[in-house]
Amino acid sequence: MVIKRVLSTLFVALWSIFVLMPLLWALTTSFKSPDAVENGATYIPFLEFQPVLTGWESIFGGGGATTNLIPPLVNSMVITFGAAVISLVLGAISSYGLSRYVFKAGFIKNQDIVFFFVSQRIMPPIVLSFPFFLMLLTFGLLDSQAGLILVSIAGLMPIVVWLMVDFFNGIPKELDEMAMLEGFNPFQVFGRVILPLAAPGLTVAGMFAVIFGWNDFFFPLILTFGKVATLPVAIVSLNATITPYWTLSAAAIFAILPLIIFAFAMERFLSKGSLSGAVR
Amino acid sequence: MLELRNLSASSDGETFLDDVSLTAEPGQIYVLMGRTGAGKTSLMRAVGGLLPLDSGSIHLAGEDITNTPVWKRDAALVYQQFINYPNKSVRANLEFPLKKLGLKGDELTKRVDSYLDKVGLREFENRRPSQLSGGQQQRVALARSLARESRILMLDEPLMNLDFKLREQLREEFLDLFSGDSQAVTLYATTEITEAMMLGYQVIIMHEGKILQTGTPAEVFERPKNTQVAQIVNDPPMTILEVKVSNSEVVFGSGHKVKLPSHLSSLGEGSYSFGIRANDIVPVSQGATSEPSKIQFVEVSGSETVLYVSSGSGEMVVQIEGIFDYVAGSPLNLEIRTERLFAFDKSGSLLIAPGMGVK
Repeated sequence: MVIKRVLSTLFVALWSIFVLMPLLWALTTSFKSPDAVENGATYIPFLEFQPVLTGWESIFGGGGATTNLIPPLVNSMVITFGAAVISLVLGAISSYGLSRYVFKAGFIKNQDIVFFFVSQRIMPPIVLSFPFFLMLLTFGLLDSQAGLILVSIAGLMPIVVWLMVDFFNGIPKELDEMAMLEGFNPFQVFGRVILPLAAPGLTVAGMFAVIFGWNDFFFPLILTFGKVATLPVAIVSLNATITPYWTLSAAAIFAILPLIIFAFAMERFLSKGSLSGAVR
Repeated sequence: MLELRNLSASSDGETFLDDVSLTAEPGQIYVLMGRTGAGKTSLMRAVGGLLPLDSGSIHLAGEDITNTPVWKRDAALVYQQFINYPNKSVRANLEFPLKKLGLKGDELTKRVDSYLDKVGLREFENRRPSQLSGGQQQRVALARSLARESRILMLDEPLMNLDFKLREQLREEFLDLFSGDSQAVTLYATTEITEAMMLGYQVIIMHEGKILQTGTPAEVFERPKNTQVAQIVNDPPMTILEVKVSNSEVVFGSGHKVKLPSHLSSLGEGSYSFGIRANDIVPVSQGATSEPSKIQFVEVSGSETVLYVSSGSGEMVVQIEGIFDYVAGSPLNLEIRTERLFAFDKSGSLLIAPGMGVK
């Protein structure tokens, strides 16, 4: 028993180091001067190296650098959060409908519709790239935030629907019926009774939507030409042969920072057990 | 007045309601009684608008509400599962639908206070339903339904998921709650005759989506319209035996004969189904009037012993006051109290019950 516990703790510790080391490396490198970077692997600021802000200044156009990651950050935020919010709204409504009402069109039933949504994620993005390109070209939405939001919704909705159908299925239908008998029409039941109960599910779905949306690289790469670059595209376009390590590291940390802040902010909505007491 | 006219409902070949008609007066409790799957819940859901009807119509105070949306029906339903708004306190649970009705300020506070007092939950008003016991949760659901003072109040086996003691306690509380000045038509579904006898102004016996009999609790208990009703309203179920009447004697399936009791003397010779309640079959030592049988199953329920036995005359259920060590598989001699026999014709319709003449 003791050996098992020691082994599992050891495994978790090793795995944590494996996962966190690249982050730590990037974080410390982003605060290093060129000399400190070339003096081998050092991790403890003030003791092993003197932290400087050169890397961070240069990603905001400081120190004569041509890079400024603020516009891509704004693009990424607008596109990611815009698409995530729309996906959450549309996805929650669709999932509620799929959870509560029976749809039949020949052999197509509710579970087939859910699978249809999920299947959008099964397809490799490259398959969708040409149709999306033509579609945005037709609507004049290439290299625009609106175009990327539209494309992003197509990728995020399946995640939301997939997660939320199950979540809504877990909320007893009798609660909807009871609320209806108590004078609430179906829209009010959804908005005032069920949605507040679905907050933990919506939080999880929202977090996934934001993470997937934020990290999306392929579609922003092929559907934009520089005017509306997102953060991942802007970082990749930093030429590694001429952009120093400390600047790349600062850019990498800068790119994941909003996600980390977002995850911590959302954590409190992930409380479990909010449904206990609905039905005994 | 609530009037249900020829309600039928089915889905995927399954019949939920089969030509159900009923008239119910405000201020009275109508107990829907039947086994699980008899159609009690379906009838309530139909009245509430939650079950689509194939045919028939529902009228409330002369107004046809058949196509009125659920949220405009002015009906309340208490489920057998204790359903409450889990994210709201007890007080907020009561306030939520009342605010929708347009109540506010003092009027709202007074109404909520009065119903919280009625169900004895005033001191728990700030708790969430999950912080309450099962009985208290069901009281919250009940108070919320009562507080709206709907014209139709439906309770679908509200005590089913509670333990025996709590069930008895709440049953008594129900009597007080419903005997007020409520002008609602109250429908109460149950599988238990005790509950029906205690609460019901009228008892409606249901089976396979149909209403078999409607009457006062005493009427349906003492004069069950047919063998199905007799078995539903008796717990343990009434034993039904196929017999012949010949030469003023009752001949049971085993060949065992007894004198035709006086209340059945008007029966002509022929085949009948005779019903006998479980507590009217008595274990005796072997004798000329006893029926030999074999115990199949023994059940101790509360302070009673229930024996399921088989004999040459058929399967019988015997209920004995007190707890006894009967063993399954052992022989048992039984005597039937013939003066308590119910006579049904071959189609199962009641001919004579103890204490009544020929129907």
